[in-house]
Amino acid sequence: MMRAILPRPRLALAVFLLWAVITNAASLGLLVLGGVLAIVLPLLSRRFWPDPPRLIRPWRALRFMGVVALDIVTANLRVARQVVGPLHRLSPAFVEVPLDLHEPFVATLLGSVVSLTPGTVSINVDQERWVLLVHALDAPDPQALIREIKERYEMALREIFAC
Amino acid sequence: MSTAVEFAISALIVVGAAFVLLGSIGLARLPDFLMRLHGPTKATTVGVGALLLASAIFFSTRESGGISLHELAPLFFLFITAPVTAHLLAKAAMHRKSPARPTAKPQATSDSQHQESER
Amino acid sequence: MLNAAMETAFLLIATALLLNLYRLLVGPDATDRILALDTLGINCIALLVLYGISTASAAYFEVALLLALLGFVGTVALCKFLLRGDISE
Repeated sequence: MMRAILPRPRLALAVFLLWAVITNAASLGLLVLGGVLAIVLPLLSRRFWPDPPRLIRPWRALRFMGVVALDIVTANLRVARQVVGPLHRLSPAFVEVPLDLHEPFVATLLGSVVSLTPGTVSINVDQERWVLLVHALDAPDPQALIREIKERYEMALREIFAC
Repeated sequence: MSTAVEFAISALIVVGAAFVLLGSIGLARLPDFLMRLHGPTKATTVGVGALLLASAIFFSTRESGGISLHELAPLFFLFITAPVTAHLLAKAAMHRKSPARPTAKPQATSDSQHQESER
Repeated sequence: MLNAAMETAFLLIATALLLNLYRLLVGPDATDRILALDTLGINCIALLVLYGISTASAAYFEVALLLALLGFVGTVALCKFLLRGDISE
């Protein structure tokens, strides 16, 4: 019964929280409407959602978010310096990062995190060879970059989602 | 509104606007498309994020009205969409650079050549 | 203090908009122009948020949110067009 009404409890909670945030939770009526939306929208869009991998370590996920937030700030200071400084010193490079995780959703997450952090943009996830193609703004040492991505982000994501 | 809060808001506004400018400097100055992609995806996103945070603090600390958190919605949205945009643009750029265009229809190819010759 | 910060920020973002316009006009490739347009949209969001603070009005927030949504969809559609030569599949 519960699963018929709420096929995805976490998605429903996310919809409800988003509604509460957008409307500033101004009145009880708006909150009730948010509750209705939280039940109806996941039901209507049920067929479009891929099966997500199981989140097994939520606290580790929170810590990972903190690490990523800090990295975003430091990454920006670095990019800021590079953008304003002399351009000929930059050595842009394509780097192929071999992945140990084999799960499309988590690979997408890793790609997004890589795009937002230190001087790198992820270009392609090859789902046959499981290789993440990354473009770096300044990568004098590609091996170090691969090691950093794997140790700092990929291992954490694999622990969080157990894949 | 206390002086400390006002200082925090002012700092966030100036830092945010500075990052927005840095992103655009990167866009205008860097020599190669894939390098140009770095500026707007990172610096501009963080800059707008800082401005939205400043707005949230500003509207939450006014005498009239309660806590204002709705700035968080565009904040999350921008942080989710920035990597997606960068990814798609990078893919499009790689696709246009490679001589063989297996998926593009011939009609589209002539269209894009037309665009290139326009300038 | 807040007013001085606001004026500085308006100046910085205006400069950023001009730089985006430069990239939009110069190109050289279609992807550069799309990127410039996307950045222009996001900078407009920044400008709207800033204007909302300076007039102490929450009305501009909705405009900023809609601009973020539409800008993203537009950019994705343009990229899809470059990749496939067609928007719908």
